[in-house]
Amino acid sequence: MDFSLSPETLEFRQTIRDIVDRTVTPEVIDRMHTSGTFASPELNAELGRHGFFERAVPGLGKGDPIELWVLFNELEKAGAPYDGPAVALMIAGVVNALGTDEQKARIMPSIISGEAMVAMGYSEADYGSDVASIKTRAVKDGDEWVINGSKMWTTMAQAAKWLILLTRTDLDLPKHKGLTMFLLPMDTPGITVEPVHTLGTEVTNATYFDDVRVGDEAVLGGVNNGWRTMTTVLAFERGVMGGSNAAVPLLRHFHDWAASMGLLDSDVVRERLARSVIDMQVAALLTQRSAWIAASGGMPGLEGSMTKVFAAEAYQRISRWCQQMAGPAGLLQFHEQGAAGEGFVEYDARHSPVVTIYGGTTEINRNNIAERHLGLPKSR
Amino acid sequence: MSVDLGLSADQEAIADLFGGFFANESPTTVARAAEPFGFDADLWAKLIELGAPGMGSAVEHGGGGASLSDLVVVAEAFGRAIAPVPLLEHLAAALVLTDADVISGDAIATVAVRPADAAGVWHLVPAGAVAHVVVGLDGDELVAVRSTPPMVSPRNHASAPLADRSAREGERVVLGTAAAFAPVLDRWKVLTAAALVGVADAAMALGVQYVMDRQQFGVPVGSFQAVQHGLADLPVMIDGGRLLTHKAAWAIDSGDAGINDWRLNDITDGSTLASMAFVFTTDGAALATDRSLHYHGGYGFSEEYDIQLYYRRARGWSLVLDDPSIECLNLADRLFGPRGA
Repeated sequence: MDFSLSPETLEFRQTIRDIVDRTVTPEVIDRMHTSGTFASPELNAELGRHGFFERAVPGLGKGDPIELWVLFNELEKAGAPYDGPAVALMIAGVVNALGTDEQKARIMPSIISGEAMVAMGYSEADYGSDVASIKTRAVKDGDEWVINGSKMWTTMAQAAKWLILLTRTDLDLPKHKGLTMFLLPMDTPGITVEPVHTLGTEVTNATYFDDVRVGDEAVLGGVNNGWRTMTTVLAFERGVMGGSNAAVPLLRHFHDWAASMGLLDSDVVRERLARSVIDMQVAALLTQRSAWIAASGGMPGLEGSMTKVFAAEAYQRISRWCQQMAGPAGLLQFHEQGAAGEGFVEYDARHSPVVTIYGGTTEINRNNIAERHLGLPKSR
Repeated sequence: MSVDLGLSADQEAIADLFGGFFANESPTTVARAAEPFGFDADLWAKLIELGAPGMGSAVEHGGGGASLSDLVVVAEAFGRAIAPVPLLEHLAAALVLTDADVISGDAIATVAVRPADAAGVWHLVPAGAVAHVVVGLDGDELVAVRSTPPMVSPRNHASAPLADRSAREGERVVLGTAAAFAPVLDRWKVLTAAALVGVADAAMALGVQYVMDRQQFGVPVGSFQAVQHGLADLPVMIDGGRLLTHKAAWAIDSGDAGINDWRLNDITDGSTLASMAFVFTTDGAALATDRSLHYHGGYGFSEEYDIQLYYRRARGWSLVLDDPSIECLNLADRLFGPRGA
């Protein structure tokens, strides 16, 4: 195996680090934590201007696909807001893979410039893990589709230009077969967005659709082919694009605070920090593997499930350790005097529960591993 | 040079060769037959015919010149078969030995992974009961001591041929200062890590096979989600351990001074990665054998079933170094600097 990055990729990585240093200021991080919007227009514009989003779009072939991993790993390790561009690039990858030429021409430039965010509308209030049972309807009316229903967890809808929306278009087909994916502008009349505030700071949304009318140009990946479109997105979401090194910035914050408090001589602290570094290194390697599989023309869906379970649980373990090791100072929030790790220790203790849930719960991912990797019978 | 996380064509050939060799020549009946001593001289003789003992030695000394990355592939196949031969210890020790009989494998070499005590005794040396040459630390010196193997071992958890050996009595050669031992120990850690990946992988396969065969309530127990989810935790420990072990071997093979930037999770230092791989695969093999044994139900603790063989070796092969927590503290010194820094 060869773990070395090519000179071009190293240069790409260094430029990202420079851009992050320049644009992800303490004020930007602070705004992310007060607004609940995990995207920075300055950072995105800068990355877009360098052509980095275009290089990183999965399957577009403008850069070494390993760069997709490098980009999001760097943003995540820096503690930069990356959820927005991560979702946008995932969708760009799907548009590239499944979209029409007209859709590519209309949608891709806004994403690769770093200007447009995308919200994902899959889950509904009553259908989370069982997402294939969703009820939001799209009905053909002449040349148009009329969409009615509602979606939950439409993160970034408050700031997004585009919405990718899973609907039911055929009631007579089995549940996975009668689904169609749409990609439509967020400002289409009839869409209402209501914020949902979360423990982990990031604001997500409930989004309502009331006689929303779009044409065939909004269908992404074919009528009644929505499940396939969906699995294409998830293969990228689980692992390749961030979500595996969340504890790296936490470890920096905790370590530096612990050093200032004279806690670094403790055996318990040293052992836990060492184990945490091991887990983050393994998580990075697993993610790199997903990227390598994608780069080699494969679809790292199963590997993504494995990576996600491991990385999410490691992040939860590490954030719990850090909070415990900090003692009462681990309870104090941003800007409070004496807060461990400037408040990040408390923040990560709130943020980490999210990661075993979103993008597919660890249980769904374990089902996936059991059935597809171990060959065990379907259990539900 | 750029990321390639697959085996090379040569390594695929090595995996096929040794996978086939151990499957044919060392099914678990061989490991069982060798208990409790843990050494099968006939199997070692067959490895000599293959040229395995000298595989990693330099070509100019009559060795095979294989990289550590290649040996990792061998070690994983070895671990999967829990073969009762001191192959890993020998390959690690051979890094600093050029004796023709060591490279051929006619003399077995091993590594005293812990330093000798004040009286010059290495305690519970892995393969110490069967090795003709022991490489290890005696005070500030790295020495190789040639003496008659005792061929007897205290009964132990892993049925491994452990023995105390003298660092002073016998034909004693000083090979260098204590610092010269680090590459030997790193190599031993990486090869042991690879073997533990093999142990974990084989244990997982035994567990999956058992839960598919075993019926309760009229269905395979492997159709129950509680059982599935316990097994579903294992592949990532195996794959993660394999990647980390290969990264350690890659870093050591490169010969470059790597970096240790944990702040950006950018770690390419061979010794650091060897230590990390050793700790991670120790945990992975323990978890895989725990879970697999448990899902065997009562048969898991019956001696008749093979999972107990793997369970014991998963613990023994690693613990000969020391409590993994101590390895973590050594790792912490590498990563964060010494205490009081």
